[in-house]
Amino acid sequence: MPLPNWLRTTLLTLGSIAVTLLGLLFVTFVIGRVMPIDPVLAIVGERASQSTYDAVFQELGLDKPLIVQFGYYIWDVIRLDFGTSLLNARPVSEDLARVFPATLELATLGIFIGIVLGVPLGVVAAVRKGSWIDQVARVVALVGYSMPIFWLGLMGLLIFYGILGWVGGPGRVGIFYVDVVPSVTGMILIDAALDGNWDVFKNAFSHIILPASLLGYYSLAYISRMTRSFMLEQLSAEYITTARVKGMSEWDVVWKHAFKNIRVQLITVIALSYANLLEGSVLTEIIFSWPGIGSYITTALLSADMNAVLGGTVVVGLIFIMLNIFSDLLYKVFDPRAR
Amino acid sequence: MADASGQTGGLRAWLLTDTPTSRRHARISALYQGWLSFRSNTMAMVGLGILVLLVLIAFAAPLLAPHDPFAQDLGNRLAPLGAPGHVLGTDSLGRDILSRLIYGARITLYIVALVALIAPIAGLLVGTVSGYVGGWVDMVLMRITDIFLAFPRLVLALAFVAALGAGIENAVLAISLTAWPPYARIARAETLTIRKSDYISAIRLQGAGPLRIITTHIWPLCVSSLIVRVTLDMAGIILAAAGLGFLGLGAQPPSPEWGAMISEGRRFILDHWWVATMPGLAIFTVSLAFNLLGDGLRDVLDPKASE
Repeated sequence: MPLPNWLRTTLLTLGSIAVTLLGLLFVTFVIGRVMPIDPVLAIVGERASQSTYDAVFQELGLDKPLIVQFGYYIWDVIRLDFGTSLLNARPVSEDLARVFPATLELATLGIFIGIVLGVPLGVVAAVRKGSWIDQVARVVALVGYSMPIFWLGLMGLLIFYGILGWVGGPGRVGIFYVDVVPSVTGMILIDAALDGNWDVFKNAFSHIILPASLLGYYSLAYISRMTRSFMLEQLSAEYITTARVKGMSEWDVVWKHAFKNIRVQLITVIALSYANLLEGSVLTEIIFSWPGIGSYITTALLSADMNAVLGGTVVVGLIFIMLNIFSDLLYKVFDPRAR
Repeated sequence: MADASGQTGGLRAWLLTDTPTSRRHARISALYQGWLSFRSNTMAMVGLGILVLLVLIAFAAPLLAPHDPFAQDLGNRLAPLGAPGHVLGTDSLGRDILSRLIYGARITLYIVALVALIAPIAGLLVGTVSGYVGGWVDMVLMRITDIFLAFPRLVLALAFVAALGAGIENAVLAISLTAWPPYARIARAETLTIRKSDYISAIRLQGAGPLRIITTHIWPLCVSSLIVRVTLDMAGIILAAAGLGFLGLGAQPPSPEWGAMISEGRRFILDHWWVATMPGLAIFTVSLAFNLLGDGLRDVLDPKASE
């Protein structure tokens, strides 16, 4: 008996998700194995006796065949056990849970700025194709694609913090505001608001606004370009001509007809750039001393803390893959043409 | 090819003819017409100009650089812009920033050239084999491609560099490892459309094996869309390489790599802004040039993709 269509699609999708996840784990596993660092020595130290070395060697399962080791690795990841960090001897998963909200907060504010500015800019650029505003939008996007983000961040710090003093410097809050509000969500803006402590909120906002605007600018460049090309496609369709002929106002033609039809495509684009912000904020976090997952991975990398690096990579990879799949699904659910 | 039309109507007419007299004539003529339409795109020409200049600077670095890029002068640290003998000032070890930028152009070109060779060729191999052979080979190769596409690129490059060790060559390898999947996708799509065409069947009937068909009849047709994509990706590659250099995972000091120079200047950004600003401007200019050139090339080679 053949499977019903929807079940087949679901199974296929689940299968491809599983394969992709397995591939991610395989790559991080291989990276962990080819590292020139001996994981046993890293734990027991240079002066351990041979018997201690052997005991740990077996404890880590390194005497088993590689395929069995890979199986152990998958089992560990499923239980969210990424081993302990060599730097602070704490479980990597705890560290990740601590740093992740900082990245989430930054990326979310960034994508918000990108959407609020990028979508209208793209729509206007499409409606007034060839006008000065279209040219401006083009230049804004081109510069965004060409500018090294870490350099723009440095320039932003120099101008808005160093010279003008409009924003807070690196870090999430000023030194007098650290740990003032209880950590509920791990996102300082929300925690401060929950606590009703608006001083902390203001201070945290002055620190986050510059890096978030920076990330916002990068997603704006992409979002506005995509919005423009989606809108151009719709505006040249016949139903738009019909709407205009029957005397509909330009505002309604653009927003109620054309824009309505690009919403699904747009959500896909936004989901993708959100995923990019979550991973791409590595350099921004370094510049702004932002204690997120990007700085965590980089710091771990520079001190050869492989458990932390691989744990972080797996988590970022998982989020990235999930957002990709999510945007695919969204497309299929909301756009009957894609089914 | 000195045929009659070439002599009577001049070179231009020979190049623009509608009735080419040989295969080579047709090819040269198509190239020339592409060049004409490319030349009318001012921005693309600007991009090309900047890149030609960059190549010249890189080649003539020893002649152009006013100082040795590694020569330290601790008595003249952090000299500002326009200081005597140092137009762009000096860095924290008293090295001339202009000279370091000029020599840094070599490193940038080196990285770009290597990645631009490795990634598209790897993608071309995977994509054409996958598209031509089909079946389970196609399924396996495309799944692998999807897995790499689904990865966060910078983080993956970071993890690779961590495994391989810091350095320019490893940075190139890491960037290439994360850059090849889109090329494989493009090459596969092209192969799928070509595979079923009559001329491939004709060659096959003449007894050509798969290797010959792929290398001499499919690859040449995939090249133009790959070139466009590579040019558009160059900016991203430069930014990724600079990012790795900035994190201390790419070129190692005292190498005058632009990203590493920014990282060095970062410490004095508030008091001596030019140390980090100048290399950033250099990176921006070059990646902007690649973007402009890529847009122009796309319009010429792949009119469908441009709006």
